[in-house]
Amino acid sequence: MERHILVVFPHPDDEAFGVSGTLAQHAENGTPITYACLTLGEMGRNMGVPPFANRETLPLIRKKELEEACKAIGIGDLRLLGYRDKTVEFEDEELLADRIGEIIAEINPSLVITFYPGYSVHPDHDACGAAVIRALKRLPKDKRPTVHCVAFSKNCEQDLGKPDVIRDVSAVIDKKLAAIQAHRSQTEGLMKAAAKRGGDALEWLKTELFWTYKWED
Amino acid sequence: MQPIDVCEVQAALNRFANQDVYIHLETTNGAYASHHNEGFFSAGAYIRNGLIRFHRGKITGNRPYRVGLKLDFGWVYAEGLTDWEMTEKGQLLLAGHDNEGRLAVALQLSHEPF
Ligand SMILES: [Zn+2]
Repeated sequence: MERHILVVFPHPDDEAFGVSGTLAQHAENGTPITYACLTLGEMGRNMGVPPFANRETLPLIRKKELEEACKAIGIGDLRLLGYRDKTVEFEDEELLADRIGEIIAEINPSLVITFYPGYSVHPDHDACGAAVIRALKRLPKDKRPTVHCVAFSKNCEQDLGKPDVIRDVSAVIDKKLAAIQAHRSQTEGLMKAAAKRGGDALEWLKTELFWTYKWED
Repeated sequence: MQPIDVCEVQAALNRFANQDVYIHLETTNGAYASHHNEGFFSAGAYIRNGLIRFHRGKITGNRPYRVGLKLDFGWVYAEGLTDWEMTEKGQLLLAGHDNEGRLAVALQLSHEPF
């Protein structure tokens, strides 16, 4: 059992598809979870189907959706870090690592979940993962928590090999679906399309994949 | 214009930081995009001679590149940048050209109005 899990992602809903099942299982085991979400996804293009958000209301709507998703998963400690969507990569890397480092020092997690820097497609994802790694590198190697990374770039398996953590989350699939549905502005269209296709369109959600980060130094 | 050199563009951005500068920012699919491709939703935006002040400018990415400027109360950024030029007047011109060499995005900074 983990002592405390820290999740660091840049966008509300980054947790939903890839890791919410894993988190729900840990929460059921009684492990406290802190989720540091860097932005409110202010620049999202999905406004609901039909649109119910606009550029100015989207952040507030996504904040509520995120809080609802956290409740569904069992995340008790949500931290909104107040950066702006699509600008994380332009921030000062050291200052960003300072913010994440403060949370690490405060909660002393045994497991950290984030994006694999360089293999996560969106510049915010890569910058987020890089900041977490930068913050952890400041700790002596034997004091660093385990880091499980999400990766989905086309070349991730070619460079990183197969994911070494494969979790069957079918036991908590209802909680995972509730988390996904909580992000209604972003996922409703997608989930309706999947329901229409029927069959095993949602089968892939039952498995979650991670790459344990390998430290060079 | 010539292919972007990250170090030189970063140095140029630094020289525009912490002072009032004029910005030209533009994205375009071209006026004929929807005419040539009926399903295509054409959109674009344009600002000429906006006056801004940023305290940090940064170029990231790897061909094409992205540039972000952090303002006291906001942000400016552009994606898809491929080429650059410093004019004789000391203006920094950044542009993104598509595979046919057409302009898709432009981000320019100047001490005087363009
Ligand atoms: Zn994301």
